[in-house]
Amino acid sequence: MHTQRLLKIAAATAAVAMVAAGCGGSSDSSSASSAEAPGGAAYAGPVGDGEGTVNILAWPGYVEDGSTDPAVDWVTDFETETGCQVNVKTFGTSDEAVKLMQGGGYDVVSASGDATLRLIYGGNLQPLNPDLVPSYADIFSDLKMQSHNSVGGVPYGVPHGRGANLLMWNTDKVTTPIDSWASTFEADSPYAGSVTAYDSPIFIADAAVYLMATKPELGIKDPYALDKTQFDAAIALLEQQEPLVGEYWSDYTKAIQAFNSGTTAVGTSWQVIANLAKAEGGKIESVKAKEGATGWSDTWMIAKDTKNINCAYKWVEHIASPETNAVATEYFGEAPSNEKSCALTADKDHCATFHAGDTAYWEDVYYWNTPTAACLDGRTDVQCVPYSDWVTAWSALRS
Amino acid sequence: MTTTTATHRGFWYRHPNLRLAGLLSAPMAWLVVVYLGSLAALFITAFWQVDDFTGQLVRTFTLENFQLVFTTPAYLTTVARTLGIALMVTLLCLVIALPLSFFMARVASRRWQPLLIAMVLTPLWASYLVKVYAWRAMLQPESGVLAWLIGPLGLESPGYGFIGIVITLTYLWLPYMILPVYAGFTRLPGSMLDASSDLGAKGWRTLRSVIVPMIFPSVVAGSIFTFSLSLGDYITAQIVGGKLQMLGNVVQQTYVSNLPFAAAVSTIPVVIVLLYLAAVRRSGALENL
Repeated sequence: MHTQRLLKIAAATAAVAMVAAGCGGSSDSSSASSAEAPGGAAYAGPVGDGEGTVNILAWPGYVEDGSTDPAVDWVTDFETETGCQVNVKTFGTSDEAVKLMQGGGYDVVSASGDATLRLIYGGNLQPLNPDLVPSYADIFSDLKMQSHNSVGGVPYGVPHGRGANLLMWNTDKVTTPIDSWASTFEADSPYAGSVTAYDSPIFIADAAVYLMATKPELGIKDPYALDKTQFDAAIALLEQQEPLVGEYWSDYTKAIQAFNSGTTAVGTSWQVIANLAKAEGGKIESVKAKEGATGWSDTWMIAKDTKNINCAYKWVEHIASPETNAVATEYFGEAPSNEKSCALTADKDHCATFHAGDTAYWEDVYYWNTPTAACLDGRTDVQCVPYSDWVTAWSALRS
Repeated sequence: MTTTTATHRGFWYRHPNLRLAGLLSAPMAWLVVVYLGSLAALFITAFWQVDDFTGQLVRTFTLENFQLVFTTPAYLTTVARTLGIALMVTLLCLVIALPLSFFMARVASRRWQPLLIAMVLTPLWASYLVKVYAWRAMLQPESGVLAWLIGPLGLESPGYGFIGIVITLTYLWLPYMILPVYAGFTRLPGSMLDASSDLGAKGWRTLRSVIVPMIFPSVVAGSIFTFSLSLGDYITAQIVGGKLQMLGNVVQQTYVSNLPFAAAVSTIPVVIVLLYLAAVRRSGALENL
């Protein structure tokens, strides 16, 4: 009893000394960046025994334990190997993810670019220590240290995969293949009344992408950096679209049902929706539209106040490892983030189909990002419309 | 042993006020702190602002949120639409519940009564989402169950939208109207109906002068449920509402990035329900519950 207590005190003293030493050591080299980095210091490691559970907040299809489809399971093995019981909660929009993360209780989140900065600056996340995640080295370099997953040279997570938001249609209703968002935006669309759109403020960026191609005079460079004129043009386009829309979706099961039943003929969608709809026998086609598209680049991030830090790191390494990354991104239908995954996918063409390493393909895919008053495209002569105004504009449009 | 119990009981017996306080303090604390407290917190939040970027609260006073709600025509339309839906649902529930409850309470034999009540209650056991998704399948334009059923009559399914929401919510909340109205009918003394007919009143007159006044409080009780439940709903609108939004959807859409604005919007249904309760109280129906 007595020795144990002494040991604890000794350990605590050592820890304090180490922290002090760490601070002293870094003060001359990288103090500026680490002082700015919100969320404190990254976990120093080493990754020890698991705490028994890990609570994961994820996009649907990212954490599959066999309950959706018994053949689709990359969780059970992880649980038996590490002893970390996985509890997963899925979300339908980035806003939902942000709110749930702010509420606490989750250790890891698969955050898209339009959620990450809000979470980082909100103090909900901790920086990542890449040394504790061996697979980090194999992640495609154009996904790492991006503006949405790092701050001041400090990484905040491990990229998972990326994809474009697709133009999808039901082939019973749309008999000739299409390749343009025009059928969802233009007033003369033959599919009026059965168009669908994503029910989230971030969809304003989809309108902006279409305007980049159709109204170059607006000068939109980045659909997440819209000044007042550009923003108003995007809203005007969405108002023009509104009468065409039969339903907006944010719940992906509703989108699957609507596309398969033909209630929805054409609209924006995710690859995973196309896959599941086809698996249910739906007559569905999807394509990346010629005007370009919004897209996502998701990152696994660790909560600042996690109580299960070891399990969290174990999970991040597990999901970023070539084997899991290959299965998970192939199931979801997106480009894997790990270079080595490409050799391990069931469909050997998966990486080619989804353009995993094809830098040119991603040039007209605009990853979700958080719009801020300081324009993300670097313009300093104008103020851009911040995300909170996107939200009120969207809810006014929808009301 | 017996003596201590006696003195103990004696103490509480001699101090009725203390006894009352002891009994009520726990539930009162719950009501005041948890229930009213959270309402107050909601109301106060409506006067705050958010940080444009992280969406986190900034505790400085502003009236902007209320201004925005009451000056944007789109939101006012949503308020009117939500109110319309809640009223229609209440009315429809009433129209269905009145004859049904009357039958259950006064016409059906004693053997059938429990069975009928069970049938009214069974849907409450199923998950809310399952029921709404079932209605999504029912209402589906062209190929839904409703379209198949009324198609031969030359009618079309209402599809997803205002009518879809009203039908689904009516289905969801109907038991909450039937139960109090049924209870009202069972309490209705048969002697009064007899007296009415003895005095020469026909069916309509009895209904108007005896039955309606007697069961009015029960109807009000039921309407409070159906009205306020409809007023706050947002999931039904999401699933069978097409692109229509109710107040709850606006709250759900904005509460992440702009909690104060969402709080300002949520005070609207609270105020409407309070006004409704005040009107009901004025009619004297609450005293008869």
